[in-house]
Amino acid sequence: MRTSTAARTGQYAALLGYLVFLAFPFLWLISIAFKPPRELASLHPTWIPENPTLDNFRQAFDEQPLLHAGLNSLLAALGAAVIAVLIATPMAYVVARRRGRLAKAATGWVVVSQAFPFVLVIIPLFLVLKNLGLINSVPGLVMVYVVWSLPFALWMLAGYVRAVPRELEEAAAVDGAGRLRTLVSVTAPLLAPGIVATALFAFITAWNEFFFALVLLKTPEKQTLPVILTHFIGAEGVADLGPLAAAAFLATLPSLVVFALIQRRITGGMLAGAVKS
Amino acid sequence: MTRTRILTLFACAVLLLAGCTGGGDGADDGRITLRFLSLAWQDESVKANRELVREWNATHPDVRVEYVQGSWDSVHDQLLTSFEGGEAPDIIHDASDDLADFAYGGYLADLTDLLPARLRSDIPRHSWETVTFGDGVYGVPFLQEPRVLIANATLLKESGVRIPTPEHPWTWAEFRQVTKELSGKGRYGVAWPLKEPVSATLNLSLSTGGRLFHRGDDGKVTVRLEDGDEVVPRTVHDQVGTDRSASPTTLGSGGSDTLPGFFAGKYAMVPLGFSYRQQIEQQAPEGFDWQVLPAPAGADGLAQGVSPQTLSIAEDSPHKKEAAAFVDFLLQPDNMVRLALGDWMLPTGEQALKDPALHTAERSWATGTALAAHLRPAPAQSVRGYAEWKDKVATPALQEYYSGAIGMDELRHRLEEDGNLVLARYQR
Repeated sequence: MRTSTAARTGQYAALLGYLVFLAFPFLWLISIAFKPPRELASLHPTWIPENPTLDNFRQAFDEQPLLHAGLNSLLAALGAAVIAVLIATPMAYVVARRRGRLAKAATGWVVVSQAFPFVLVIIPLFLVLKNLGLINSVPGLVMVYVVWSLPFALWMLAGYVRAVPRELEEAAAVDGAGRLRTLVSVTAPLLAPGIVATALFAFITAWNEFFFALVLLKTPEKQTLPVILTHFIGAEGVADLGPLAAAAFLATLPSLVVFALIQRRITGGMLAGAVKS
Repeated sequence: MTRTRILTLFACAVLLLAGCTGGGDGADDGRITLRFLSLAWQDESVKANRELVREWNATHPDVRVEYVQGSWDSVHDQLLTSFEGGEAPDIIHDASDDLADFAYGGYLADLTDLLPARLRSDIPRHSWETVTFGDGVYGVPFLQEPRVLIANATLLKESGVRIPTPEHPWTWAEFRQVTKELSGKGRYGVAWPLKEPVSATLNLSLSTGGRLFHRGDDGKVTVRLEDGDEVVPRTVHDQVGTDRSASPTTLGSGGSDTLPGFFAGKYAMVPLGFSYRQQIEQQAPEGFDWQVLPAPAGADGLAQGVSPQTLSIAEDSPHKKEAAAFVDFLLQPDNMVRLALGDWMLPTGEQALKDPALHTAERSWATGTALAAHLRPAPAQSVRGYAEWKDKVATPALQEYYSGAIGMDELRHRLEEDGNLVLARYQR
């Protein structure tokens, strides 16, 4: 079916509108980050700062341990992503390939667990981690993030496993490969885009997470970026807007970079050339 | 993927976790370590707090204080989980209106016998009332701020209206008249930022004898909107709806949101907290002339309600005496002044209030300091169920009244009938 020029123009316009809508908050954040206080309080704000300044960045770094917090965030997010994927991959294989009540129950539990609100689990979790001596430690936070992201990671990966043709595994079995060998040598490489996507999900979830980090991390040297960002907000919601925007802009960059680096792996042809038809 | 690759990946994860492992809380060297959760957030205030902690640590080798940065935005949740998990900081910075639940819950230490006489006598009785729950004292009120009128001094002078002072403030009727005179040519006399209308209305209503909450002989509290409670809301309502001397668009705004319009001359005055001067000083255009005026006075003069910032000690702290000593150090008159200047607020201590730095005309410090004696506990501080009454009943009712959607009778009906049903549930 041919698409008329008018329809195509409309589609592009809608796409452009959507992109602008998505980009607006980020571009505005950048604009604020480079504006001096007087421009921030202008009744007629401009997109491009008239007197761009780096003072907001300087102040943000002077007032709060942003680098340290960034490192903590990175450790927590990377740790959560790697461990979640390591645990979720074999689990997802079992859930996807085994058809039984247990697999169904596991899938059901995964869905239900996503509905738990944070506040429901935070106090028991706090007590458990306290008994383990893991309060105020990044490993404790990593454990929480792994547990929190595991159900969804499992769900995501199970979908990717189901998309891998069984014929490939059967062919490997015919060639004499055992189950572990098949999983490692045949299935896992084909799951690479799914693993990357799941790791990215776990990374970004942990990178942005605020509530657990707020409650579990006590001292500034352990706190993550989302917690540190709240320190720019005062009583009655008054914000130190310039430094807050500068810090938020810096906090956004790593997840953008990670996403930019690996997004091609996600969208790349997953099974290209795997099965000859 | 080979087995070696998988093992390498696993080893990386283990190493990563190993790298994550923090150094813990330091070796046990016999010294006492106290954790001080501070909510200071403005640059100068954070610096003042950190300096004081450094000075304490330099002179008290056996009792080390660790500065922990908290935030106003999340302090209640953070404290609640810390208390429940037995991991609360020893010294806690908060506001008096957040303490009631923690005090009644047994999480905060009763400071009655812990604080030195110097500190007890230095802070006025009405300030102590803000942190007294039942028979105990659960915090030390140390900083507070009155709500004031921040005015465009140029517009005020041009209009020729009488400039009020703490000695001769405007009455509410006069204030209404002045805002009419200051309005016109696309300008409003006043912009009320009433995103959170309840505390502003209740606190200012003390000046007109408003009480709203009445405690009966049986100890139970009921809401009753009397003549004294009506003056402030009626003034705002009439300024917006009848006189057109108050901007209707700022009713849903926070304080900071009104500043761009104020700087651009759209509003001649903005009622704000005293500490907003810091933002004004920082953000006002070059040459913008502003000044602080006292809020209007009523039958009870300049009285208004406040919820001071407080320092408390956790009940679970094993070192309450040492924590109290640190609080005493932090609130020595000179130190209280440093904290007040850092936060652009007023100290509660009478000695600190005498400091010359707080009596200069510069940045209108003197005007604010003159109001300190008129500050009273916010009316709803100790009313259980207040938070629900505020969110579910009073906030929407006042917002509708101010916008003109309902009249005074309906406002009264909602605050009293609906409100008392809410409070009754907490007082069975």
